[in-house]
Amino acid sequence: MSTDSINDHPSNGEVQQLTLVEAITDGLSTEMNRDESIIVLGEDVGVNGGVFRATDGLYEEFGGDRVVDTPLAESGIVGSAIGLALSGLKPIPEMQFMGFMYPAFDQLVSHAARIRSRSQGQYSCQMVVRAPYGGGIRAPEHHSESKEAFFVHEPGLKVVAPSTPADAKGLLTASIRDPDPVIFLEPKLIYRAFRQDVPTGAYKVPLGSASVRRTGSDVSVYTWGAMTQPALIAADHLSDEKGIETEVIDLRTLSPLDVETIVESFKKTGRAAIVHEAPKTAGLGAEISTIIQEEALVYQEAPIQRITGFDAPMPLHALEGYYLPQAVRIQEGILDAVEF
Amino acid sequence: MSTQDETDPSIAEIQPDSNIESEFDQVFRILDDDGHLLPGVDPGLSGDKRLAMYEDIKLARHFDQRAISLQRQGRIATYAPMTGQEGSQVATSYALDEQDWLFPTYREHAAKYVHGVDLPSLLTALLGYREGYAVPEGVNVMPEYIPIATQVPHAMGMAWGYTLQGKDDRAVLCHLGDGATSEGDFHEGLNFAGVFDVPSVFVCNNNQWAISVPRERQTASETIAQKAQSYGIEGIRVDGLDPLAVYVVTREAIRKAKNPVDGERRPTLIESVQYRYGAHTTSDDPSVYRDEADADKWRKRDPLKRLENHLYQTGLLDSEREAEIQARIEEQVATAIETAEAVEAAPEQIFEHVYQETPDRLQAQMDELNELRKKYGEGAFSGVLE
Ligand SMILES: Cc1ncc(C[n+]2csc(CCOP(=O)(O)OP(=O)(O)O)c2C)c(N)n1
Repeated sequence: MSTDSINDHPSNGEVQQLTLVEAITDGLSTEMNRDESIIVLGEDVGVNGGVFRATDGLYEEFGGDRVVDTPLAESGIVGSAIGLALSGLKPIPEMQFMGFMYPAFDQLVSHAARIRSRSQGQYSCQMVVRAPYGGGIRAPEHHSESKEAFFVHEPGLKVVAPSTPADAKGLLTASIRDPDPVIFLEPKLIYRAFRQDVPTGAYKVPLGSASVRRTGSDVSVYTWGAMTQPALIAADHLSDEKGIETEVIDLRTLSPLDVETIVESFKKTGRAAIVHEAPKTAGLGAEISTIIQEEALVYQEAPIQRITGFDAPMPLHALEGYYLPQAVRIQEGILDAVEF
Repeated sequence: MSTQDETDPSIAEIQPDSNIESEFDQVFRILDDDGHLLPGVDPGLSGDKRLAMYEDIKLARHFDQRAISLQRQGRIATYAPMTGQEGSQVATSYALDEQDWLFPTYREHAAKYVHGVDLPSLLTALLGYREGYAVPEGVNVMPEYIPIATQVPHAMGMAWGYTLQGKDDRAVLCHLGDGATSEGDFHEGLNFAGVFDVPSVFVCNNNQWAISVPRERQTASETIAQKAQSYGIEGIRVDGLDPLAVYVVTREAIRKAKNPVDGERRPTLIESVQYRYGAHTTSDDPSVYRDEADADKWRKRDPLKRLENHLYQTGLLDSEREAEIQARIEEQVATAIETAEAVEAAPEQIFEHVYQETPDRLQAQMDELNELRKKYGEGAFSGVLE
C-alpha cells in the first residue's frame, strides 16, 4: 500500500509508528494536555474507550469530567456541546457512526453552523464533531454511510476527512484549534489498515489544504479518506501496465476545498477523475467537477469522470464490495478520461 | 395494573440488598427464582402453550449460540446476542394476536421468529443479504431497526393509522432498549401515543446496559416504567426473566390497547427487567466496562431454567420430552443455516427496490458494474484495499 509522500509535517524530530485511529487518540491526548478547556463526550467514549477505541485511555488519563459517557442521544450530545462551547469550553463530541448523526443534524445545521452569523460574530461555536464514516468493514445497515455532502452543503461548517495517520493527527489538531465548528470524518476502513511515522507532540496540518499523494502529468484524480488507497493502487497499476501517470490529490479538507491545488493539477493534466464512496448524484464530485470547469475550462481535454458509490443505499455486507469504488473501477474511470 | 380477570397480579416483595435485588424491587412476577408459581397467580396459558413457549425459548438460546459461533468462524457478520433476553422476547410475541404488528430492534430475533419470521430469513440478513429483511406475506413484522429509538414513533403512527381507519382489531408492539429511552424519538413517540391514545405497547428491554453505559447513567429516573407517567400512559415493570409474567403483562396491555374499558388509556410502556448476559454485539468486549460476577447473579434467575423447572414441577415436562425437544430444535436451526447459506450473492440486488421503477441513471450504473464484472471477474470486487 502506498503511504509515502507525507513530508509536509513540521515535527520535533521524534516519531512513532501509529495507525490512523491511534494517531487520533494521540492527537486528542496531546491537545487535552495542552488545553484544559477541551472535553470529549459521546456514547461509550469513556470507560469503554470508544467502540473503535479512538478514545482509548483518555478516561484514565483525564477522568470522567473531561471524557464523558453521555446518554444515548445524538441531538443531546451535539446540542449540549453547542452549549458547552458557548460557556467557553472546547467540546469534542463523538458520533458513534456517521449513519447515526442524523438525530444531531438539526443541531448542526440549524445552530452550530449559524451561531457565528446569527450573532453577527459575537458568539462562535468552537467544536469538533468526530464521526467514523464509510464502508468496507462488513458492518450492519447504517454503519457504512459517507454523506459528507450534507455537511459540505451547510455554510458555517468545516468538513475534514484524513487519509493517513500523520494527517489525521495534524488535521485533528488544526480542527480543535479552529474557531469554527468542524465535522471530522474518520475513514474507519483504514483505521487500522497500516502504520506510519507520526510526529510526537503537537503539530498542525492546515485546514483547507489538499495533498498531492502521487505526482503525474497525464490525469488528475481527486479523492479523500479511505478511497485514497484504491486510487493510489489504480494509479500505480496504470503506470506499470500502460505508462499512464496519474496525479492523485487527497483533498483532506472537504470544506473549504483547496481550489488552488485542484485547479493547478488540472491545468497540468487537462483530465480528471473524482473518486468517492458516496452516491454519485449531488455528491461532492459534482461540485469539484464544476469548480474545474469554472476555473479551467480551456485546459479541459476530456469529460471529467466520477467513480463513486451508486445512487442506491449501501447494501448489506455481502455485496458492499460491489458498491464501493474498487481499483478496477477507478482504473476504468481514469482510462475513460485519458483515452477520450 | 389490572391484569386478566382470572389473574391476581403478584408484585414481588424483595428487600433490596444489592443493585440486582433493587432492580427486582416492585416488579411483577409469577415464577419465583426456582420456577415455582407464586401463590394465587394464574399464568394465563394452557399447559401446551407453556410447553410450546419453553420450546421456542430453548430454540432461541440454541440459535443464539449457533449464531455467535458462525460469527466467530467468519460466516456471518456482527451479531447482537440475546441470551438471557429470549424469555421476554418469546413471551411478548406469544401475547400478540396474528394481526398485531411487531417493531423489533436488531436484537429481537426470537420475538420475530415467534411472530412468523422464518429462521432462514433471520440468518440471510446476518449473512449480509438484504433479501433477509423481506417479510413473508401476512407476517406483521417490520425489518429490524438499527438506528436507536427510530421505530418508536413509527409504531405509534401505525397504531394511530389503524384507529383512524377504524381497524380496531389490531395493536402494535414496539421493542426498544434502555438506551433508547434517552433519544428524542422515544419521548416524541410516547408523547404522541398518549395524546392520540393509540393502541400501542412499548416494551423496553431493560438489559441494564447500552453498550458500555449502565442503565443508571442513561437516566436519573428511578425506573423506566415511571417515564410513562409523564406521557399520561400506563407503565409497568415486569420481571423480564419470568416468561409467564411477561406474557401476562403484555397480553393485558394488548387487550387494553384494543378494548379499553371506561377510563383506561390504550398505550402501555412495559419495562421488562432483564440482563444482557453476553456482549452487546460480537464486536464488543464487556470485560472492559463491567464486572462479570454480576452476570452470574442474574443467571440464577435464568428464564429458560425457570420455565423448565416450572414445567418439571407441574409434570408437563420430563427428561424424555426434553431430549425430544432438544433434538427438534437442533435440527431446525441446522436446516435453517444450510438454507440461508445456500443464498447466492446477486450484485443486481444493490439496484433493486430503490424505487418501484429503476430510474435510467441507476439502470446505467448497474449496466456499467455488470460490464466490469464480466471483464474482471467477481474477485476484483472482494475488497477495496487490494
Ligand atoms: C441513533 C443511534 N446511535 C447510536 C447507535 C449505536 N448503537 C447501537 S446499539 C447501541 C446501544 C443500545 O442500547 P439499548 O437501547 O439499551 O439496547 P440494547 O442494545 O442494550 O438492546 C448504540 C449506542 C445506533 N445504533 N443508533
